[in-house]
Amino acid sequence: MTEFLSGSSLFAITLTLLIWRLASFLQKKAKSPVLHPILVSTAVIIVVLLVLKIPNAAYQASMKPLSFLMTPATVCLAVPLYEQIRVLRGKLPAILAGVACGTVVSLLCVAGLCLLFKLDHTMTVSLLPKSVTTAIGAPLSEGMGGLSAITVTAIIITGILGNISGSFLCKILKIKDPIAQGAALGTAAHVIGTTRANELGSIQGAVSSLSLAAAGILTAFLIPLVF
Amino acid sequence: MKYLYQAAVILLFTFLGEALAALIPLGIPAAIWGLILLFAALCFKIVKPEQIKEASGWMIAILPLLFVAPTVNLLDQAGTLAESLPAFIIIIVVSTFVTFAAAGLITQLLSGRKEDKND
Repeated sequence: MTEFLSGSSLFAITLTLLIWRLASFLQKKAKSPVLHPILVSTAVIIVVLLVLKIPNAAYQASMKPLSFLMTPATVCLAVPLYEQIRVLRGKLPAILAGVACGTVVSLLCVAGLCLLFKLDHTMTVSLLPKSVTTAIGAPLSEGMGGLSAITVTAIIITGILGNISGSFLCKILKIKDPIAQGAALGTAAHVIGTTRANELGSIQGAVSSLSLAAAGILTAFLIPLVF
Repeated sequence: MKYLYQAAVILLFTFLGEALAALIPLGIPAAIWGLILLFAALCFKIVKPEQIKEASGWMIAILPLLFVAPTVNLLDQAGTLAESLPAFIIIIVVSTFVTFAAAGLITQLLSGRKEDKND
């Protein structure tokens, strides 16, 4: 039984899709940002894997047909980038300056804190791309000698943290301009922050998807060249 | 057939991105090359947004779901992370907040909208 389920892509993918559906429903009903579907789904799937004694490696292998879409889906971010650049033309310098500033601050902050905590090179390069989306951050980390699993964990925690705390941060920092809210969410919390930006408003969502793509490109060029 | 064609265009640019990443050893991820190539193709009107609209919209919409499987890897990472967990958490929280503040405040300052003034 365990062997059959471990080897079945259909089981793993169907399970993941159904749990995701339930988790999204739960979040809608509970209206609590802490119950993020990624967190809830992950927790439920981990429990199912442990109960059915399915090794994580087998689950990951079974998920390949779906996980395969990560890179093409990231390439698709070119579409909102192209469309939003035309719409937001007048605000582009402000947005790009914000994205550039945020990206540089993110890299310096992570590098500085890693020094402070005396983390080794592997851990440091694993954490550097924590504010960009997985399909960009994971290969960046690996290319620099980092552990992509640590990077992915950091990326997701960052995204969920940005998603959950975004509205609160905007309030205490007095970021009231919808364009600035979108830039902050997209730059700091990539795809997961952008889902929050879309809930705040269409301007926020548009600026956030533009910012996440711009921050990804900038990070991808800065990390290999600078560090 | 329309959606299959749209998917083919997206996969083609993803593949070209992979090819560039392999050819140019700068450590720039395939997704970035693919994104830049597709963006350039849109700018130069080689690809029209309508030609990939539905498929790209669908892929972007399911991106958050695609994060679930990588997050399940936590199961195997618990040991590695346990040693430096406090540092790990502090670094993520502090840098995320600082990045958020920097990007948001600079954009707000330069976009010239001061809505907090009651005029």
